[in-house]
Amino acid sequence: MTTLSRRKSKYEPRQAPRDGKATSAMIASLDAEGRDTIAAPFGHALSELAQTRDDILGLSADLSKYTDMHIFARDHPDRFYQMGMAEQLLFSAAAGLAREGFTPFATTYAVFASRRAYDFIAMAIAEEGLPVKIACALPGLTTGYGPSHQATEDLAIMRAMPGLTVIDPCDAIEIAQAVPAVADHPGPVYMRLLRGKVPDVLGRYGYRFEMGKAKEIRGGRDVLIVSSGFMTMRALDAADALGRDGVDCAVLHVPTIKPLDVDTIVAEASKGGRLVVVAENHSVTGGLGEAVGAALMRAGVHPTFRQVGLPDEFLDAGALPTLHEQYGLSAGSVVARIKGWM
Amino acid sequence: MQDASPARRGDNTSLARRAWHIRRHALRMGQVQGQGYIGQALGIADVLAVSYFHALNLRPDDPEWEGRDRFCLSIGHYAIALYAALIEANVLPEDEIGTYGMDDSRMPMSGMAAYTPGMEITGGSLGHGLGIAVGMGLGLKRKKNPAFVYNLLSDGELGEGSTWEAVMSAVQHRLDNLIAIVDFNDQQADGKTTDALCVPPLAPKWEAFGWHAQEIDGNDIEAVRAAFDAARNLPDARPRVIICHTTMCKGVPFLENREITHFVRVDADEWDKALTYLDGEMPA
Repeated sequence: MTTLSRRKSKYEPRQAPRDGKATSAMIASLDAEGRDTIAAPFGHALSELAQTRDDILGLSADLSKYTDMHIFARDHPDRFYQMGMAEQLLFSAAAGLAREGFTPFATTYAVFASRRAYDFIAMAIAEEGLPVKIACALPGLTTGYGPSHQATEDLAIMRAMPGLTVIDPCDAIEIAQAVPAVADHPGPVYMRLLRGKVPDVLGRYGYRFEMGKAKEIRGGRDVLIVSSGFMTMRALDAADALGRDGVDCAVLHVPTIKPLDVDTIVAEASKGGRLVVVAENHSVTGGLGEAVGAALMRAGVHPTFRQVGLPDEFLDAGALPTLHEQYGLSAGSVVARIKGWM
Repeated sequence: MQDASPARRGDNTSLARRAWHIRRHALRMGQVQGQGYIGQALGIADVLAVSYFHALNLRPDDPEWEGRDRFCLSIGHYAIALYAALIEANVLPEDEIGTYGMDDSRMPMSGMAAYTPGMEITGGSLGHGLGIAVGMGLGLKRKKNPAFVYNLLSDGELGEGSTWEAVMSAVQHRLDNLIAIVDFNDQQADGKTTDALCVPPLAPKWEAFGWHAQEIDGNDIEAVRAAFDAARNLPDARPRVIICHTTMCKGVPFLENREITHFVRVDADEWDKALTYLDGEMPA
């Protein structure tokens, strides 16, 4: 009960804070980060792809509006299936459609796919190697709604599933590039989704998503940050701030969590005695950090290794910026922790 | 797609004879391992005979023929029964019976799509089959393929909530190409299904969800054939279910009369005894 004991008693009265942040609740967005944003990149990319591929279908379990699938449904109404609030059915039916030769993209929240529908994704889809594409919103800590909606362990769960490719894109640019790559991939894919107004982070770096490839976004002599998802955005911000203080940080973006680009990660971690920090929007248990740590140990590479990630706890509800500070995912937190480790 | 009526698979062999052969193949497989879900196989043999020798369009030499009717086995442990039917239908060779459940066999003890020609889905984790069948039914309609999807599920499987998600979805999507077959033998792992989570009456439950439901004696071949025909020919735009009351170990009286459990015990010397009994009872 240690995780609960940190919280105040539910019987203790509270007052409205004078300068409190509004709770960003369910549909929290990362749009207040000082970057340009692009609306619904997943929905638009899927809709565009469907113009040239008749096999692409869309399914959702009553969350099309909240996974940007509604864009596809609007543009291709005859190719969208509303499956209702039934995630086990969502993935079973997607498996059946894949058996009939289609490439279904099925969306829900990451918590429901990973926790509720695991057996169905495992046995109906992954064990058969069927090309069902699972795109899930609210990965990690991207909602203030509390543990029912915070998929803090989805990567750990999905990484453990044989035959499943797992990706964690950073931004709108990468999501748009990943959609056709995911569709082209011959087997099942679990894709973490940022939805709504999604920042453009990687556009200025000339980045191209490639399935299975880690890519250096910026070089640096002192620290190597290995990151996925929106934590690459935070890593880049942290690297800028650290650079102003004379700490030179490289950022290696690893959008494909499984299969992991071990060659690139080991090669980068072997260079020049840098502190290696893995930063992820996920529990420190079972995600990118432990995957990278194990890969380095297997390769006999032993840099100083640290993890930035969510604690192995059920997290608090609250405003997303507050929670990102509290749990160490903000750029400022990353800067402070790296300075402490130097 | 018109050239593949079930008659193409054969001759004038009666459905009763087909069921007899299916029982015999299953007993021979059980004998290989000294165990198996033989109670279920003997019980469902009549339904499988009607399925594979009356209802389904298929091409034994082309199990993935696009025009085939899809037969989805949710209940992976019934694989021994489906293998027996596939052998009788010439989809699997009879001379592989001795490999049943062995290393490298195409007939593992739980049915999986990747192992066996004619096995459409991987069953065993119960409550998956009907949802997959819904997806296949949707896919066939998209392709304007007139084939049907059959899903054989068990009474115990009706305890899985996911089955009822699929029950609702099939109606929502007006899947008139979907036929569910429920084997109601009132046995599941811990005892009687009706003592666990399967409260009769069943047909009215399916009807309340919008399905066309029939409840029949699943060991009465004429009743099974009539029900399969009615399900297939129904003009309504809704899915169909046939609830088949079956008797575990049907066709081998000394097994029928023993204390029936989910996994019926058969002693080493009893396989031959059962086969000998069957040999004396071959139908016309």
